[in-house]
Amino acid sequence: MKLKSTLLASTMALVPLSALAADKTVGFSQIGSESGWRAAETTVTKQQAEERGIDLKFADAQQKQENQIKAVRSFIAQGVDAILLAPVVATGWDSVLEEAQDAEIPVILLDRTVDAPDDLYMTAVTSDLVHEGEVAGNWLQDEMAGADCRVVELQGTTGSSPAIDRKKGFEMGIEDAPNIEIVRSQTGDFTRAQGKVVMESFLKAEGAENICALYAHNDDMAVGAIQAIKEAGATPGTDIKIVSIDSVPDIHLAMLAGEANATVELTPNMAGPAFDVLEAYWADGTMPPKWIQTESKLYTLEDDNQAIYDNKKSLGY
Amino acid sequence: MIGSTLRRVTPQLLILGVVLLMNLAVFPGFFTIEFQNGRLFGNLIDVLNRGAPVALLSIGMTLVIATKGIDLSVGAVMAIAGAVAASVVTGGAGWFTALLAALAAGLLCGLWNGILVAIFRVQPIVATLVLMVAGRGIAQLITEGKIMTFLNEGLIHLGAGTVAGVPTPILIWLAMGTLVTLIVRHTALGMLIESIGVNETASRLAGINSRVLLVTVYLVSGFCAALAGVIVAADIKGADANNAGLWMELDAILAVVIGGNSLLGGRFSIVASLLGALIIQSVNSVILLSGMPPEFNLVIKALIIIVILVIQSPTVKHALYLLRASAGSAVPDAKEMGRNAPSAKETRP
Amino acid sequence: MTDQKKPVLRAAGIDKFFAGAIALDQVDLTLFPGEVHALLGENGAGKSTLIKCITGAYHRDGGTIRLGDTEIDPRGPEESQALGIGTVYQEVNLLQNMTVADNLFLGWQPMRAGMVDRRQMNRRAQDILAEYGLHVDPSLLLSSYSIAIQQVVAIARAVELSGKVLILDEPTASLDRDEIDLLFSVVRELTARGMAVVFITHFLDQVFEIADRATVLRNGRVVGTRKLAEVTQGDIVELMLGRHLEAAKRDRSHATPGDTILSLKGYGKRGMIEPFDLELRAGEVVGLAGLLGSGRTETCKVVFGAVTADQGSAELRGKEIRLTSPRGAVEHRFGLCPEDRKIDGIVGDLSVRENIVLSLQARQGWTRPLSRARINELVDEYVRLLDIRLASPDMPIRLLSGGNQQKALLARWLATNPDVLILDEPTRGIDVGAHAEIIELIEGLREQGMALIVASSEMEELVAYSTRVMVLRDRRQVRELTGDEITTDRIVKAISQEETAA
Repeated sequence: MKLKSTLLASTMALVPLSALAADKTVGFSQIGSESGWRAAETTVTKQQAEERGIDLKFADAQQKQENQIKAVRSFIAQGVDAILLAPVVATGWDSVLEEAQDAEIPVILLDRTVDAPDDLYMTAVTSDLVHEGEVAGNWLQDEMAGADCRVVELQGTTGSSPAIDRKKGFEMGIEDAPNIEIVRSQTGDFTRAQGKVVMESFLKAEGAENICALYAHNDDMAVGAIQAIKEAGATPGTDIKIVSIDSVPDIHLAMLAGEANATVELTPNMAGPAFDVLEAYWADGTMPPKWIQTESKLYTLEDDNQAIYDNKKSLGY
Repeated sequence: MIGSTLRRVTPQLLILGVVLLMNLAVFPGFFTIEFQNGRLFGNLIDVLNRGAPVALLSIGMTLVIATKGIDLSVGAVMAIAGAVAASVVTGGAGWFTALLAALAAGLLCGLWNGILVAIFRVQPIVATLVLMVAGRGIAQLITEGKIMTFLNEGLIHLGAGTVAGVPTPILIWLAMGTLVTLIVRHTALGMLIESIGVNETASRLAGINSRVLLVTVYLVSGFCAALAGVIVAADIKGADANNAGLWMELDAILAVVIGGNSLLGGRFSIVASLLGALIIQSVNSVILLSGMPPEFNLVIKALIIIVILVIQSPTVKHALYLLRASAGSAVPDAKEMGRNAPSAKETRP
Repeated sequence: MTDQKKPVLRAAGIDKFFAGAIALDQVDLTLFPGEVHALLGENGAGKSTLIKCITGAYHRDGGTIRLGDTEIDPRGPEESQALGIGTVYQEVNLLQNMTVADNLFLGWQPMRAGMVDRRQMNRRAQDILAEYGLHVDPSLLLSSYSIAIQQVVAIARAVELSGKVLILDEPTASLDRDEIDLLFSVVRELTARGMAVVFITHFLDQVFEIADRATVLRNGRVVGTRKLAEVTQGDIVELMLGRHLEAAKRDRSHATPGDTILSLKGYGKRGMIEPFDLELRAGEVVGLAGLLGSGRTETCKVVFGAVTADQGSAELRGKEIRLTSPRGAVEHRFGLCPEDRKIDGIVGDLSVRENIVLSLQARQGWTRPLSRARINELVDEYVRLLDIRLASPDMPIRLLSGGNQQKALLARWLATNPDVLILDEPTRGIDVGAHAEIIELIEGLREQGMALIVASSEMEELVAYSTRVMVLRDRRQVRELTGDEITTDRIVKAISQEETAA
């Protein structure tokens, strides 16, 4: 690695150094572009690389692990300085990670972790799903300030880890508020359509006037639920408070209209912290901790939702 | 004709009644319908409204299955149609243009399936699997992998609007079901479709143009799927290529089967399939209203469906027939038929 | 003779319904020990259905079955076998790739220490088969023996497992005379032991040879049980058909044929049928004679367009046409009753009514449906004209007997009022009554001025109705016989190459 970087440095000696990480090449194996968030993550990663003068080699795996393994092997063959990997599945990475280790190329996992010994990668940059739920719960607790509140919950796909963790986190977030009670909880499969259907049934079963707030495990379900609430003749955001997770542009649009109250951001900027630790490592060999938690930022009606919406849109959501 | 249809769908009506009563058991206000904000509002309306996509799919699927085929691509075609409609309105065109474009896309998909099956003689399950896999990809290409949100009121009206208080999707599937039923039963189309489903070789030798008929049923299926796709997209004001119509082909097939139609082709009843779709939606409604944790959703659904299918199995049907016979209602019927038949023969010169 | 004994099996008032049709109506059958009881009737009379109800293969809808003194209700052939009723079918349903002994003992093999005791099994098999006058090596594969021996093995197995009643369903259909003698000696041996044997067959000579009594079924009802010593074959035939069967008459004074309808020149399809010429005039029946595989069926298919000819030309009433599909042929008023009725002819699950109007409707196109009244009129007309026996025109056609299915298919084409009607083996697999009726019908259609092409493997039949006979061999037209040349003798000679020089 040392030898290689010196070689690299000497061949590129004529290029002026713009930053610490300049002249470094980083390979990024992305899962695909199956969602707006994924597209935004790609955009942000490219932006971050450009800002720091890093040469980013991007490979879209189109949801296939074998494509990712191929991409990582080709990064190793090209002798990149580091590899960012957003793994499509958790298992089956050991051998290719060992190859990277043998080539002394640090690997940083983005937004998901893998089932492999943690010495095979430098660190993982992910969001804390439980914490996201907790932030949402805390917001509702503060918002209600002791008033009684019957909450309905739209869960993610049954059995998926975001659904389990975001549910757990929210329950932790309202632990100290006996006034807040989850009265119905059903899966909306993370989709707008199911979010709307399930919210309709909640409204029928409980009556709109008996529901004080909705907690949705993602913004898409909340957007669907908002339509259901409107069709039932209630006012979302006022009659029924709405808090959800992800911070996709459409929820900011709803907040702008006062139809949603809060969202917790799952930041698409996973690469920023990754590049930070790489720069520190390249500068003086600082080894980062094995897990870097991204910020779970809360957005409410007090934020400039128009600006956030515009910004998010520009990221490719 | 109405009498015989009624007799044909009696099991489906009974099952639907039972499932609706289950709904009533878990939620006492189930049958309440109110007029609220200019629209009918109630759980029954929800069943009719939410059942629209599967009901529409089951219309086309019934015809396809009657020809001994199957159309696995309908879910993907829904995604394509929704994406096409969304991209046309976001491109600035009106809702009607968008609807026509989506329906044209559906017909194109149906034509593709029909040609593979009728001309190239690819087995229907394989032929439509191609589009099932590729179709969603095409839809994702159109929406670029995101939910393509639109605000065109005309288009939204098709999924979320009402006409005289009745949600538009209900009117659309009722109209489509009536139209297709009338066409197949008041022309010879139904009989010819059943004929090629039972025995294609014999039908062809009898002079039936089986290719044209096969292409036709896949066209109808594609058209129905496109309508369903537009409704689903309009309902959430956005085309969600990843999730629109996902696994819905299976619900559509299930609706046809619950409707008592044989997967081996032949005799079919669209009315029965539509009732099958409503039964499935009523089962979903029981699950949603019961307030059970979502981990039980699939188990409950599976249990109810298994019971429904077992009740419809030939073994149980025969047992029920015997039960009725021993109770004295069916035996005189059969005897009567027996007496009529030979006497008709004897009067012949 | 056996009347004084107690019956071994007594089925009383058996009813069976199929989708609104009556297959069996209050059928009684009594078997005495030591008798051979023939079960007779035309195809579709209900013989097989009755057997299946007794063995439990079908669930009967009414009636009782007593075996000895106990009422039984077997749920399937295995159970009836365990009770004492064994059945052997025409197609031997044994396992060809296992040994004779395996077949005999399958399911009740002699065991030793958890393993099949092959030595004992073979020895016992040899002993058992010796009782039937068979001296074969039981350790050889079943397939190495003839059908007759396989038949006896099947009987032996049924007798060993059951032992009270043995049902033989058309056991002699594929046997030669010596083999039949062997079978009958086995049957006599069994009746001497006191077993009751039910014998189903179409061969009346054999019935009078072996059976003591006969029960005759017609249209699902018992029309009589007779002691065979007291009746003649004619009596039995009359019972079966309900009328005297007229011998097919050969009317040599054929009316002069009319105008040429179809003219084929050098017509053929490579690999299927060599080019041939055919001139077909109104009021003419052209018979196609030849052995199996000689090109009879292929000729029918090419003429109908089911297979597209790749050479030659066709003229219909002087105008050149191309026949590329059945659909096109139907539009030109052609009709084809195919050889394999079940696969190419009937649409089994559709009603008789729909099957009859299918071609007419196909020709009209789906947008112009036949009215309900017109359909009823057509169906009534042809059901009456062809004497199609059915409980209701709404019953699925697959429930009809072979002869009635064939009549319904004829009705399908007659309803289209065809100019050219092609019949491929119209009398195959149908009972003697329907057979005569169809021959009569062919004559009648010819007299009305229709042009027919009829392929048949039955020489007498061809002689009876053909105005000309086209003889085929090795997919080639070898001879055309006209007028007085049409005799079985000349046809056989032409087929067997003796006349090629001519």
